[in-house]
Amino acid sequence: MLDAQILAYAVLVLVVFFALQISAAVMVYAERKVAAGMQQRLGPYLVGPRGLLQPIADIVKLFFKEELRPKAADWFLFSLAPIISVAAAFVAFAPVPFGAATTFFGLLDEPLPLQIADVNVAVLVIFAVASMGVYGIILAGWASNSKYSLLGGLRSAAQMVSYELAFGMALATIVLMAGSLSLQDIVANQSGTWFGFLPQWYIFVQPVGFLVFWIAGIAETNRAPFDFPEAEQELVAGYHTEYSSMRFAMFFMAEYINMVTVSAVVVNLFLGGWHGPWLPESLGWIWFLVKLSVLLFIYLWLRWTLPRFRYDQLMAFGWKVLLPVATVNLLLTAAGVIYFGL
Amino acid sequence: MGSDQLLFVGFGALALLGALAVVAQPNPVYSVIALIVSFFGLSGLYVLLESPFVAVVQIIIYAGAIMVLFLFVVMLLNATREDGSEWDRAHPYYRPGPMRLGAVLAVLFGVQMIWALTRTVGLGVGVGETRPAVESVRDVGRVLFTDYMFAFEVTSILILAAMVGAVVLARRREE
Repeated sequence: MLDAQILAYAVLVLVVFFALQISAAVMVYAERKVAAGMQQRLGPYLVGPRGLLQPIADIVKLFFKEELRPKAADWFLFSLAPIISVAAAFVAFAPVPFGAATTFFGLLDEPLPLQIADVNVAVLVIFAVASMGVYGIILAGWASNSKYSLLGGLRSAAQMVSYELAFGMALATIVLMAGSLSLQDIVANQSGTWFGFLPQWYIFVQPVGFLVFWIAGIAETNRAPFDFPEAEQELVAGYHTEYSSMRFAMFFMAEYINMVTVSAVVVNLFLGGWHGPWLPESLGWIWFLVKLSVLLFIYLWLRWTLPRFRYDQLMAFGWKVLLPVATVNLLLTAAGVIYFGL
Repeated sequence: MGSDQLLFVGFGALALLGALAVVAQPNPVYSVIALIVSFFGLSGLYVLLESPFVAVVQIIIYAGAIMVLFLFVVMLLNATREDGSEWDRAHPYYRPGPMRLGAVLAVLFGVQMIWALTRTVGLGVGVGETRPAVESVRDVGRVLFTDYMFAFEVTSILILAAMVGAVVLARRREE
């Protein structure tokens, strides 16, 4: 029963699984190097050439660290929380397509889509799974039985609930334009060019939607300038104050994988997915990786450029700026789709 | 037993066990978690009924948004474990009168369940066969804003009223 198609699919799943883990390691290295560059430091340079093996050294160090258990913690939820975080991060990537269907240069009889699960409500599935990730953070905060952790957890819950609305509204504008919830269809709608040179990406039709989605996405992944759940100057380390060793590493892996997923979704929704000039369709995944890298770099760039908001500014911005802008944009888009057939 | 039935039993059991755990164990935070597990079971059942949209919406709205607020409230109120001995004297619901009422309600509910289950023609003859299946998001939207327009708008007003009520109740008196 083990035909080539199923085998190829299994290999694809494994490749994506490990690629996501490795992406976390790469992001750790990139984060440190970019930070160093922006602060005129060298960053890691001792382990391996140009410090390239630094992430491996970090992981090994974390493996051998002692695992501390706070005496007053709720042990079951304390251990469950990082697992929820990291599992949600992995699952959220499943419906994300990252390339056109390919036969791997004639290796397979039928083309295999470069996507783990082609769900017809893919956009919503990502949204649903991503909203599960917040439980990892809230439960970590509560189960640690520490004031800093609890404050971090509560902040994260408030922040995610507030920004999810704008996130969903921006998502809905693209769904309206494409007339489909499937990421495959949305990407397919963005092939081709206007006037022969401008790619038909939704970012050019929906710049406001793109900005709202990207900002809300950064807030959803708890990255600076929205990194309130772990604001170190006020909360020590926020929700993961009491965590050590691999459980701590799992939170960080979840954070980096979430960044990759949000960026990948932005690429698919606004930047034309794997479509790009010069390369044949079957090598589209190279374009996908290029766009993904650019977005991930912007993530790091923002972190080392912008100071953190104050908490009331965060809430005011989310509810009084981002949400109204997203709503007006959604209504305008709906009107445009109905009356002008965009 | 086919794989569909196996999945049905699995998700059904998940939903039921989750729901039981909500009331059966004393820690309110665990109750919230159990309710989320139960919602996942329900969502699986919706997928088996071939309505992935409802399944995902179930997760987004109930498991994702509403339960976060529940958890929020439980944590902020710092609700402790429900220990039997203290609550026997303090909590009015645990006194004999309400307990009897609860028992009567439980019996009534049991009777209703038996009545409902014996009326069913047979498993598998559901909504899908008597009327066109509402599968795609487009269909859900169209039905919601045409056939069920009134119910939809009334629900919206109800929620709006609840929101206004909550704001009025929570507002501090300026004196």
